[in-house]
Amino acid sequence: MTTQSLTRPPLVTLSGALPWVIATLFLLAMPQIFTSNSALTIMNQMAITIVFALAYNMLLGQGGMLSFGHAVYMGMGGFMCVHVMNYVEDYSLPIPLPVLPVFGGLFGMGVALIVGSFSTRKAGTVFAMISLGVGELIAACSVIVVAFFGGEEGVSGDRTYGLPVFGTEFLHQIEIYYLTVFWLVLSALLMYLFSRTPIGRMANAVRDNPERAEFLGYSARWVRFYSFVASGFFAGIAGGLFAINYEILTEENLNLATSGSILLVTFLGGVGFFFGPIIGAIVFTLLQTVLSLQTEIWQLYLGILFLATVMYFPGGLAGVLMMHALPIRLGKAGLLVVPYLRTLLPAALCILGLAGALEILFHIRHAALGDSEMTLFWVTFDSHAPLPLIAAIVAVAVGFWLARRSAPELAEAWHKANTPDGGAA
Amino acid sequence: MTATSAPRPPALEISGLQKSFGKAQIIRGVDLSIGAGERHAIIGPNGAGKSTLFNLITGRFPPSAGAVRLHGQEINGRAPFQINRMGLSRSFQITNIFPRMTVFENVRCSLLWSQGYRYSFWNMVNRSRDLTAGADEILEQINLTARRDLPAGVLSYAEQRALEIGITIAGGANVIMLDEPTAGMSHSETDYIVDLIRKVTENKTLIMVEHDMGVVFGLADRISVLVYGEIIATGHPEEVRSNPKVQEAYLGAALEAEH
Ligand SMILES: Nc1ncnc2c1ncn2[C@@H]1O[C@H](COP(=O)(O)OP(=O)(O)OP(=O)(O)O)[C@@H](O)[C@H]1O
Ligand SMILES: [Mg+2]
Repeated sequence: MTTQSLTRPPLVTLSGALPWVIATLFLLAMPQIFTSNSALTIMNQMAITIVFALAYNMLLGQGGMLSFGHAVYMGMGGFMCVHVMNYVEDYSLPIPLPVLPVFGGLFGMGVALIVGSFSTRKAGTVFAMISLGVGELIAACSVIVVAFFGGEEGVSGDRTYGLPVFGTEFLHQIEIYYLTVFWLVLSALLMYLFSRTPIGRMANAVRDNPERAEFLGYSARWVRFYSFVASGFFAGIAGGLFAINYEILTEENLNLATSGSILLVTFLGGVGFFFGPIIGAIVFTLLQTVLSLQTEIWQLYLGILFLATVMYFPGGLAGVLMMHALPIRLGKAGLLVVPYLRTLLPAALCILGLAGALEILFHIRHAALGDSEMTLFWVTFDSHAPLPLIAAIVAVAVGFWLARRSAPELAEAWHKANTPDGGAA
Repeated sequence: MTATSAPRPPALEISGLQKSFGKAQIIRGVDLSIGAGERHAIIGPNGAGKSTLFNLITGRFPPSAGAVRLHGQEINGRAPFQINRMGLSRSFQITNIFPRMTVFENVRCSLLWSQGYRYSFWNMVNRSRDLTAGADEILEQINLTARRDLPAGVLSYAEQRALEIGITIAGGANVIMLDEPTAGMSHSETDYIVDLIRKVTENKTLIMVEHDMGVVFGLADRISVLVYGEIIATGHPEEVRSNPKVQEAYLGAALEAEH
């Protein structure tokens, strides 16, 4: 710290900044590609979930703390923001809408300060149980403390009553989108930078081995506490963005179901890499919005996907992607293309067949009496007829058999692609 | 180091130290004074309580009775991180590293507090030349430069032992405690590590538990023999070697086992 020589690495390097620049440009360009209002709504939802999932992963992935109640900090931040929105309206406060998430962040952080002061004493089961208890407690409070939580109907506000910013009154969805993207990029960048600070690195160390960290001068408890508070701050920012987008918060925003789904999102994306939760949030939001329009049993698929991730790819989607870093570095990723196609196409057939069978069964059980017509994969047929179900089952069987037959070939190609030329590593 | 002529307090002073786990008394009243700059070895049969003594000194367990003073300051009941901040660093008999972090990061983490970063969230660790250079220098010393960017958990046992020592010495503590640093190492690895220990503990206080009598007699200024929770002898290597009680209780067997 004392000698800052000339050789000190630069704050911004090209390779470090490039992903951020590309991601930002991409986000700015998205509304040109997806112009509809519903697309904007989905993208806003995605952005909010990304911020929340990244904040959650500061605990789960970076700090090794499994929380079952993290919706509390997002929800509290969100409620606070709606109240601020209303104060701005009632008392004509000079607070422009774009800074509102700061209030959410500070309030989320305040709550995290209080809860963290006792919950971060231990990691592991104790921490998890406290988070569950606090989550349940706050959710119960929401129907008791009506002044803050608004009881069953929640609290709502109107974002357009604040000061216009550069002539913008936030009447249009697109303006909200850019506002959300601004906060998304800023929060993601700050969370990334946090992971590179001494406290961020020690969060990893405490996750790996809290005892050893203590013998290096760090109190594991304080390290956890700081991570927890920072995570509460960014969760609160996400809550603020939620408030701006939907102008209403209810008990649902801080209950255990919401806490559970952010755990699912984060784990699905992968806790081991910074960008994992981003992928998780994108996939989850797509399933939640697009797939739920197609099928009523989308949550079943989500559950299966989650289970498969936990059991076979504990590194999540990001882990699966990063498994390919070595083959790519070795210049051998090409070896995998054909085996992948040969295995994954039949596997896809198998999965689609399975989904078809489930949909048919679901339709038989749940469609109105006498309504036996259903449309699946752009084909309309009679769900009670045996043929579609047989076709689906055949697809499952054939797909499974073909995928299994080419699996050894894929395994071998995988091994080759991961072995440097001239012997094992 | 100190310019005053007042006598320096011993680096470590243990008096009447006791520890029981339930009914079993493991440390049964240990008194020991280790001078600043001394290299002190603690030897004794398996289960004598050597590691337990280390755990009591470093704050891992609270003692049942007695006191420990570090540079004259009483440290009983303090947490390991507080004791570490007073300049005492230890290694573990059972390797105790950060398995999912890279070898480099393992060492860098052990530099953070001593370089004054504390709980900072405004410094970027990769921007500090001192941290990077310091960690790389340690890696060079423990011969792990080639493993720098691997997760520490995938290293071989001997490499993890070297990393264990690297983590312990990185912070530049002036009292260094090593619990069986050469356990499981080959002859050449042992020779190398002993040289390294000698080098990095220059002008520092070293307290070491070790079963390899070659290492002990080669490195130690003084030796204490712990048997069944009690120190039965303390002194210069030759005194201890010729002490009949020690011969009987431990050394005879240990020296024979060497050959
Ligand atoms: N946490 C604990 N709880 C209960 N008993 C313990 C605990 N730690 C150590 N002991 C007991 O204390 C005794 C001394 O153990 P210790 O590890 O200190 O021996 P040691 O001299 O280091 O032996 P070694 O040479 O095998 O490392 C052993 O009988 C052990 O079972
Ligand atoms: Mg031991």
